[in-house]
Amino acid sequence: MRLQISTQLAIFAVLELAGREGEQLSVADIGEKYGVSSHHLAKVMHVMGRAGLVRSVRGAGGGYQFAGNARRTTLLDVVQLFEDLNSVEQDGGAADAKPEGQALRQVLSEIDDIARATLGSITIATMRKLADRHENGGRQLKAGPPRPRPQRPGNP
Amino acid sequence: MRVRRVRSADMANVIALDAHVTKLPKPDYWTDVFRRYGKQRLHERFFLVAEDRAERTRLLGFIIGEVRAWEFGSTPCGWVFALSVEPELRLYGTGSALLDAMSAEFKKAGVSKMRTMVARDARLPLLFFRSEGLMAGPYIQLEKDLD
Repeated sequence: MRLQISTQLAIFAVLELAGREGEQLSVADIGEKYGVSSHHLAKVMHVMGRAGLVRSVRGAGGGYQFAGNARRTTLLDVVQLFEDLNSVEQDGGAADAKPEGQALRQVLSEIDDIARATLGSITIATMRKLADRHENGGRQLKAGPPRPRPQRPGNP
Repeated sequence: MRVRRVRSADMANVIALDAHVTKLPKPDYWTDVFRRYGKQRLHERFFLVAEDRAERTRLLGFIIGEVRAWEFGSTPCGWVFALSVEPELRLYGTGSALLDAMSAEFKKAGVSKMRTMVARDARLPLLFFRSEGLMAGPYIQLEKDLD
């Protein structure tokens, strides 16, 4: 599966912002880290802002903040803003009605379903842990920084 | 929270939790599961429960797994086939504690890989297992309608 540059930038930006809860980052900050133009990234952030995944903070030191829940927002939520995940398109051509065309659509649908299930099962928090694992040289996922967990009332 | 092997006294709570989560009471099934996974071949079968340390009669969740090697050419692995946590108590680490305890049992049993199978549209368990570091494995599940 190939992702467009915009999609990759969107994922990187969300990961950056979700990793800095309560902070905001400018487009220039994120663009510098990934070596991309602020102009391109600004368009990506605009799309994500409209989808409610990020919010812009105005004024001095302004920028963007992650606006979702990192343990509930999945890669699919980000990717589908920029990609058409349906590879199966009927163009009304003669091949669509043939058994071979139907068989091909069935196989491609299976691939689409698996791609959607994979992207929909990985949250931003899980991606953050995966990235941390790579940063730590491939150590076990659970060896990464502990994730904050809500405390049960009365249980410290 | 404490994770330990299941006891016969836990089964009423296990059955009630499963019925609460699945909306499908199946006491006979669980009685059979307890007989097979709570009493037999305990060196490779693990039926674990999480209980509240302060309130020991309260079941927080359970997990069941075993060492298996039945896929084509597969070396033995730890297979998790049931995991349930009281819905109101989710997101407090019970599932993680159960999976950690199961991992420890699998390691003691001599296997180095844990596997499970989850429906593509089962969002909650998929998100949970992914968050625990499980990735897609080298096998593809296949099926067909039997006409």
